[in-house]
Amino acid sequence: MSAGRLSIGDPSATESVDKGPLLRIDGLSVEFRTSDGVVRAVTDVSLSVDAGEIVAVVGESGSGKTATAMSVLRLLPDTATVEADAISFRGADLRALSARELRKIRGGPVGMIFQDPMTALNPVMTVGAQVAEAVLLHQNRPDKRAAWDRAVELLRLVGVPDPAQRVRQYPHEFSGGMRQRAMIAMAIANNPDLIIADEPTTALDVTIQAQVLALLKKAQAETGAATILITHDLGVVAELADRVVVMYAGRVVETAGVGEIFAAPRHPYTKGLLASLPRMDVDVDQLDPIPGNPPNMADPPAGCAFHPRCPLARDRCVTERPALVEIGPGRTSACHFHDELAVTP
Amino acid sequence: MTSRTVAAGRSPASAALRRFRSHPAAVVSVVFIVLVVLAAIFARPLSGHDPNAIDLLQARTGPSGDHLLGTDSTGRDVLSRLLFAGRISLGVGLASAAIAVVLGTLLGSVAGLLGGWVDGLVMRLADVFMSFPSLVVIVVVSGILGPSVLTMVIAIGLFQWPVCGRIVRGVTLSLREQEFVLASRATGAGPLWLMRKHIIPAALPPVSVVATLAVAQAIALEATLSFLGLGVQPPAASWGNMLTDAQSLTVIRSEPWLWLSPGIAVALTVLAVNFIGDGLRDAVDPRSAS
Repeated sequence: MSAGRLSIGDPSATESVDKGPLLRIDGLSVEFRTSDGVVRAVTDVSLSVDAGEIVAVVGESGSGKTATAMSVLRLLPDTATVEADAISFRGADLRALSARELRKIRGGPVGMIFQDPMTALNPVMTVGAQVAEAVLLHQNRPDKRAAWDRAVELLRLVGVPDPAQRVRQYPHEFSGGMRQRAMIAMAIANNPDLIIADEPTTALDVTIQAQVLALLKKAQAETGAATILITHDLGVVAELADRVVVMYAGRVVETAGVGEIFAAPRHPYTKGLLASLPRMDVDVDQLDPIPGNPPNMADPPAGCAFHPRCPLARDRCVTERPALVEIGPGRTSACHFHDELAVTP
Repeated sequence: MTSRTVAAGRSPASAALRRFRSHPAAVVSVVFIVLVVLAAIFARPLSGHDPNAIDLLQARTGPSGDHLLGTDSTGRDVLSRLLFAGRISLGVGLASAAIAVVLGTLLGSVAGLLGGWVDGLVMRLADVFMSFPSLVVIVVVSGILGPSVLTMVIAIGLFQWPVCGRIVRGVTLSLREQEFVLASRATGAGPLWLMRKHIIPAALPPVSVVATLAVAQAIALEATLSFLGLGVQPPAASWGNMLTDAQSLTVIRSEPWLWLSPGIAVALTVLAVNFIGDGLRDAVDPRSAS
């Protein structure tokens, strides 16, 4: 599982892979204070990522997937309250770290890629300066020239043509795809063990998405970094992920290997997501969208949050919230009737 | 790919310069200020007189070949005093504006970045400074500490930082919500780094405008204070204390060279600096028509 890691040639890295997962989040809840009252964006989410693994977190807008990822590096705004039984990285509790220690983790062993490369780069700084910034921040003895050279090298690595020239250009002189490449360069600048990619292809043209995905795959293979891939695009999931965590209304509703999710989803929400996806291999007359809208998180439905939209919903779903239960090796589902989905694929 | 060479003309700074150059009054003003600064620096060779040399036999003579702008009541060369006074007036203007800008930028960005009670404290402090009539307070302070150039510079600077502080705080607050600041934090940037790399550079354009206007205000304030005898002390010359000589009606009527030249110097300098400020404001605002 960690073949990629070996290629870095860092013996201590392979040694330090102990039994525990690289990242473990246990019982995470996130609340936001808003003008509409307290909104619970994430409830009791647990998830773990092993070294070198790509875990996709899938869900609609507002399902809490970004809030989950942001809470790892404590990057949520001040209005958020984060509670968790554990958020540990390489066995160390991230919540116990001081602000200074946490800054060493951010951009160091944990790199982050943002959704919109149009806004995630400072428009009045050259691209090179921003990539070099990621390097400089983690040098023990900041060396501007070395950081600049490294920025050129990183841009070349992520496929920016003519990097020695383009480091001196401003973001507005870069296309969307090129900017996202620069963002990826920043995320991998310090050979991270974990990359958190928040909808890395959502803001890009479809034609560019495939290129950026291929690059992410390459970067992941070369650095051996584990990746949390936040997306609502199941095509991206199929392309990259090893394992899938499906979120709905701030909770995990299903986890499974990527093959199992596509072959035999065990939660009606996952099934609905797949049915709303156009497919090349099956001839369907009409796509089957999930009816209704995601719930208002300031006032979520009682019982199972998905019941107002669920084809399987019965009385029990309205009153009793299904627990996330293990339904197989490495598989969980939070549906009272997951058995029924197993027999009727 | 190489056809797209790196164009230096595409940087925000060079675009601003282009917009500034299309502002005739501002360009003329820059030339004027440069001349004033050069004249102040080369005061000695230009005037050919010692500004403090008293020659009672030549008191209050009008402009002549030897004394181009005449002499004052103790026979000192007015042109020479005017040029040397330029050093002090410009120096006081720049120094007190610098104090105001540095203080304002630091306090403003800290308030914006940290928020909470720090923000409240800094902003209330700004309110306090802005609600005092600065001239009265400076007069009182000079009275207590004794008039000196240093006291005056510090006092003017202290009363001007809130303008700059509020602007920097505003810029910081809007930047704080930008995703590139979040992205920078996600790569490990701390508050100091954010201030240095992202916030202060972004605040620089509006701050440069405020700074210029602060210079103009400080020069005028220096002239006022020195005129009242609370600023630069004789025999050192400043434009303000040269005007002190013009307090009597007879001087105003019969010896206009004594007050015209320092008066014009203050007025033109303050005007020019204000024009530069206007030009800068348009230059750094990308929305302004070029």
